[in-house]
Amino acid sequence: MAKWAIAIHGGAGVDPNLPEQRQEEAKRLLSRCLQIGVDALKARQSAVDVVELVVRELESDPMFNSGRGSALTAKGTVEMEASIMDGRQRRCGAVSGLTTVKNPVSLARLVMDRSPHSYLAFAGAEEFAREQGVETVDNSYFITEENIGMLKLAKEANTILFDYRIPLTGADTCSASVGSLVPDTSLQMNGLPISIYSPETVGCVVVDSTGNCAAATSTGGLMNKKSGRIGDSPLIGSGTYACDLCAISCTGEGEAIIRSTLARDVAAVMEYKGLNLQEAVDFVVKERLDEGQAGLIAVSRNGEVACKFNSNGMFRGCATEDGYMEVGIWE
Amino acid sequence: MGWAIALHGGAGDIPVDLPTDKRAPREATLRRCLDLGVAALKAGHSPLDVVELVARELENCPYFNAGRGSVLTTNGTVEMEASIMDGTSKGCGCVSGLTTVVNPISLARVVMEKTPHIYLAFDGAEAFAREQGLETRDQSYFITEQNIERLKQAKEANRVQIDYTQPQPIKEQAIPRSEGDSQIGTVGCVAVDRNGNLASATSTGKMVGRIGDTPVIGAGTYANTICAVSATGKGESIIRNTIARDVAALMEYKGLSLKDAANQVIANAPKGTVGLVAVTDKGDVAMPFNTTGMFRACAVEDGHSEIAIW
Repeated sequence: MAKWAIAIHGGAGVDPNLPEQRQEEAKRLLSRCLQIGVDALKARQSAVDVVELVVRELESDPMFNSGRGSALTAKGTVEMEASIMDGRQRRCGAVSGLTTVKNPVSLARLVMDRSPHSYLAFAGAEEFAREQGVETVDNSYFITEENIGMLKLAKEANTILFDYRIPLTGADTCSASVGSLVPDTSLQMNGLPISIYSPETVGCVVVDSTGNCAAATSTGGLMNKKSGRIGDSPLIGSGTYACDLCAISCTGEGEAIIRSTLARDVAAVMEYKGLNLQEAVDFVVKERLDEGQAGLIAVSRNGEVACKFNSNGMFRGCATEDGYMEVGIWE
Repeated sequence: MGWAIALHGGAGDIPVDLPTDKRAPREATLRRCLDLGVAALKAGHSPLDVVELVARELENCPYFNAGRGSVLTTNGTVEMEASIMDGTSKGCGCVSGLTTVVNPISLARVVMEKTPHIYLAFDGAEAFAREQGLETRDQSYFITEQNIERLKQAKEANRVQIDYTQPQPIKEQAIPRSEGDSQIGTVGCVAVDRNGNLASATSTGKMVGRIGDTPVIGAGTYANTICAVSATGKGESIIRNTIARDVAALMEYKGLSLKDAANQVIANAPKGTVGLVAVTDKGDVAMPFNTTGMFRACAVEDGHSEIAIW
């Protein structure tokens, strides 16, 4: 019997000055979700069931940028996307442009399981959601006060802004330029100082006790994005990938992840160059990201787990059958 | 080391007894597009310019499933998507859910060059097209008589529409209902210039609310410094097999030649589902497919050129 393993993430690229309290909150959430996955694996649930379960949990919590708590579009609304892939036969499902579906990852799963298609988006995806009877809510459900404030900041700065999770007191009188809030401008992510960039996307990868791998990724996308902007999370081969060897979920600068087909490349170097999981992950993050910043989590069919990022930190957690369990933010 | 270009007008179950009046205009279009691309390469245009130019021409042609002539959705409407990739910079641009933009591939290019994003879709993409002053036309522009007729036939036969022109009703063993997109969907072009710069472009018409392989980087389109690939066929197969990326990955990570890499990728996909065109920085060309046929054409600087269907 194969050994199970699981890894989760809550996004890559973290402000080094993130308040302690926030860090603790994040680690608690990661631990909770990781435990949910571990319990499911111990109960012999399949990899694809486990990744869906765990990502649903991450989507439901407003802390990270997916489902509730998603970043806002320039219009102040939420548009979510997600993808899921089952390493057995590489079946996959993806969705984009969701505005009412409570758990995007579950709709992606239905696309995979119940439609002849791989990827549904916007009106077509919403219609499919109704046909399938998934839980839908008003768009306002996904919008948090904090993100409304964030969007205002972003518009004032007139740049694309990722979630800025540092408390707004003082910042909501923001005639102060965004720059003055930034103690350290040397660290950047997607062109923004790290303290106004905050990670986006959640994901989970699992290898179950039968050696099958699966991956899922979910996000609300970039703060202040143009409506209709699609990132790497729903793109098979970029944000998500799973095959019989491994499963990967990525996070970070979406454009860099797409250009480098990051998730697929981890599997490709294992397959075509014979690298093991850690070697593959190291190689891809080091050699394939060019100037882009991103992170990924990965598992192999042998029960190995690997996390790597070239950004400043990545919210993550990993656990393996032999008892190892850890959550972290920094290197 | 010279320039090379390859283009396709879709792979699928093209009947070998395709009547002349259906065959001739398609071959003529392939010839015209090939000549256009070759002339541009000879004149020293960048591969990115060349693939866009050729894809636009294919989009404008009503005989192939992209732009004008796109397969109709069950509502009788048109929805288009496209992607473009520059092998040198690995820059890419993708669009989906277009309904009025005359040349989707050009919008994809503008997304790549004028936004910090890679992929725009639906209302957002349409709005952006207007902001950028791209040519838009009413839906009726895209709808051809032939495709209205085909949609009617498809509905009567209760099958998803197939885009190859058959005057008679669709055969029983034709594509089963689960084929969301046209088997002969999609047009594409790949090119390399004398300096080894590569680019790829792919464009198609689609069923409403669905996204296929065409705008997914790594699936329908890919280009880096080693090769450029454009794929066509069954979307699901192309996405899960990451067709375009895999050709390049086999060359890069396993050291295979273009021919071997392309053939392996095609062989590993279920029969009858995929075709591709590819060129390398050295000017090699490959156009394999595991379907009945693929409308295609290629030319290389040393003079060899080819137009074929089966």
